Amino acid sequence: MSDSTIRSAALDVPVRSRLRFDNRYIAPLFITFILLVGHLFYGILESYERTALAIVAAIVTELVLGRIFYGKWLNLSSAYISGISVGILLRSPAFWPYALASVLSIMSKYVLRVKGRHLWNPSNFGICVLLFLAPETVASLSVQWGNFKWPLIVIWVLGSLIIYRAKRFHISATYVASFFAFAFLRSWITGDPVQAEIAPITGPMYQLFVFFMITDPKTTVRSKKWQCIVVLFVAFVEMLLRLNQVVHAPLYSLFLVGPTAMLIEIWLESRRKVAVVV
Amino acid sequence: MLRGKTARIILLIIFVALIATPLVLRRLSQTRAVKTDPSSSLSRYGFYFQEVSQTSNINFKHQAPTLDHQLDHIMPQVASMGAAVSVVDFNRDGWSDLYVTNSGEGSKNALFKNSHDGSFTDVAADLGIANVNQSGSGVSMGSVWGDYDNDGYEDLFLYKWGRPELFHNDAGQKFSRVSEKAGLPAWVNANTAVWFDYDRDGRLDLFLGGYYAEDVDLWHLKNTKMMPESFEYAKNGGRKYLFRNLGDGSFEEISQKAGIDTRRWALAAIVADLRGTGNQDLFIANDYGISELYFNDRGQFREAGKDTGVGFSPKSGMNASVGDILNQGRYSIYVSNISEEGVLIQGNNLWMPREGTGGDAIKYDNLARAMDVEIGGWSFGAQFGDLNNDGTLDLYLVNGYVSADRNLNYWYDFSKIAGGNSTIISDAAHWPAMDGRSLSGYQQKKVWLNDGLGKFVDVAQAVGASDVFDGRAVALVDLWNRGVLDVVVANQRGPLLIYKNNVGQENKWIDFELEGASSNRSAIGAEVKLFWDGHQQVQQVSGGSGFCSQNQRRLHFGLGKNPQIDRAEIRWPSGNVFTIQKPVAGQVYKIKEEVQSSSFSLRSPKEQPKG
Repeated sequence: MSDSTIRSAALDVPVRSRLRFDNRYIAPLFITFILLVGHLFYGILESYERTALAIVAAIVTELVLGRIFYGKWLNLSSAYISGISVGILLRSPAFWPYALASVLSIMSKYVLRVKGRHLWNPSNFGICVLLFLAPETVASLSVQWGNFKWPLIVIWVLGSLIIYRAKRFHISATYVASFFAFAFLRSWITGDPVQAEIAPITGPMYQLFVFFMITDPKTTVRSKKWQCIVVLFVAFVEMLLRLNQVVHAPLYSLFLVGPTAMLIEIWLESRRKVAVVV
Repeated sequence: MLRGKTARIILLIIFVALIATPLVLRRLSQTRAVKTDPSSSLSRYGFYFQEVSQTSNINFKHQAPTLDHQLDHIMPQVASMGAAVSVVDFNRDGWSDLYVTNSGEGSKNALFKNSHDGSFTDVAADLGIANVNQSGSGVSMGSVWGDYDNDGYEDLFLYKWGRPELFHNDAGQKFSRVSEKAGLPAWVNANTAVWFDYDRDGRLDLFLGGYYAEDVDLWHLKNTKMMPESFEYAKNGGRKYLFRNLGDGSFEEISQKAGIDTRRWALAAIVADLRGTGNQDLFIANDYGISELYFNDRGQFREAGKDTGVGFSPKSGMNASVGDILNQGRYSIYVSNISEEGVLIQGNNLWMPREGTGGDAIKYDNLARAMDVEIGGWSFGAQFGDLNNDGTLDLYLVNGYVSADRNLNYWYDFSKIAGGNSTIISDAAHWPAMDGRSLSGYQQKKVWLNDGLGKFVDVAQAVGASDVFDGRAVALVDLWNRGVLDVVVANQRGPLLIYKNNVGQENKWIDFELEGASSNRSAIGAEVKLFWDGHQQVQQVSGGSGFCSQNQRRLHFGLGKNPQIDRAEIRWPSGNVFTIQKPVAGQVYKIKEEVQSSSFSLRSPKEQPKG
């Protein structure tokens, strides 16, 4: 998942700022905060062991593959976020799905590449594969943040501030606005209460989705305008999936739209380069 | 360092292989027993079922209530409980009878009296316990039997979404309504109750667990904000009651004083001496949240769910039953939850006491997956019992929530609202309409056969438990005094099913019927620990177990082939202990507690007791 939401932003800040605090660690710290709040107050995790397994599997895979293919020990913040995302978002009484999803998440970065860029958000890939191929064993996180609105508000506000600092707030904001707009549209189409259509975004799954998955710098297109357009499409495809009663609609939508946008951008860039050479 | 093409090809192969792993695992795990004929089932598994409700003259179909019209759009899932069954020998003739609840407004409950010839007669109306679902008084959810006045006859406590009722058994001839005298509350939306002697004073007390809050009248809603405030953290359910038996026909409600103060959505409760203290601890399986375990320190309760490990991960608890599944002399607890492929995989819980822990420091591990009893469906009632008399406790589980249109599914909408904030989920008006759709409907049942070594295998289809009704309550009972456990299943909006058990003759058995003296006369809470062939198994007389059900009072032990029984130790709630050396297989031991010791008499399985 957000393999270093903050990493690209970190490249822009002056060296002296980086000496004060490495921005790469904001995202891991934030997701750890979400994990701790969620679990200590509401027990959102299946168990400590399963989440730890997901994190360890992601980190070990990153270490091994980084060493093999790049000849160095890579920074592990990205793998940590992928692992912790799998640990939170996947729900299974079994252990193996956590390890498998994490390993697949990291491996996808090394296998599914075009022109040096990986296409899928890693944890989105790992989780979707498991949801699709092991539905008898795996589900996604579908619970809420307890019974209180304050944890919800705190995490949305804190997440927004962090994502703003990382210069990716426009992506999250566009998605959230689109989700609400499409929620009203779905309600109008289906006749279901609008509260029911809005309900999913009040849960922690969406907080991780909005702050970490769709903003991942490595798997989003480069231009700010197109980043907004792509997440608008993510929300639109999600609506189509929801109208067809697909339970894991947002995850599947990003799985479909994200790589498609990346491929189009890569193709356009290669055409542009060819044109420049000519 | 490998950067070359070879490394990438190897990585790709591993990647593809890992993606294929779930498919391979799925294929490997499909080892469920398939349908076979009775003789094959008998030779392979040692038993098979025949559904005999019609030939037993039992023609009972449960009716669901019709609640406030503001709930019309989700009525099937709100009015989704009430089918219950409890076993009693109400007239002390030595043959088990069945009390079955109904939940339609104006519908009748039934008391099926055992005619000893394989048939049953509904005598509820004649005895005054049929017409208990009148408008304005709520409808039945379940019942438990206990001899609260120690007169030798089992009395009936009926819990409802409505006015709870206590009926005194007048020597098996009539039932007298004594609810007011008992001091019961005017209205409780309850789905569980258990008789037990919490303070060991020789009188049965009563635990009653609320589901919806008690100020909610589901037929006349003040507003629609009566749903759980969370799918997994709800604390806006009904209060709990602990009625202390004062010995004069009245009860004192002492739950808060005794340390039980919770508003979780209780669906099942079980009481057992989990720590070996002689006191009955209380386990509550809650819907929309964590389970609770109350240690009983001789009348004072303290919650120990988190400390013991059973009360951390919130699920949808709908059953609580105990069994000594590995013949270790200790109880495991089985809690049913919800599992729906592709949507929600909670998995059922089998809480096994951790090796080396006990007393107040007891810890539990969930071994449901390891023992293959994890995935049922939308599971409700479950009971442990030795179905093939091989000496190990098997597990019968029913599944299925709302069976409506087979081709339309409500799960997407359910999952949508279930993840919402409390302000959304708690208001029924926000829930999408069901529109005739099923929600985990038409699900198969599980009959998990215990191999005694830590694994269970599902043989439901093979042994004839093949119905797909929306199962709720399960009760195990030897209906025809044959030394086997038959299975009775109450289905929501469905028929009462009687699965007559046909067990091979090679495996032996022994039964114990206990009657307290210093202890409560029903002997609820008494334990029998049987030692044979190097095995030991403990069972307890229960005042209610499973989901809205109560098994037969008699304790049934399967023994396997050619058993050599060493002894049976009976521990009474009073603390008295009585041992029978070298009891004989194939007999029902009737054991009566006496002040200093106990005595027993024998009777053949089909012999009627005298006097």
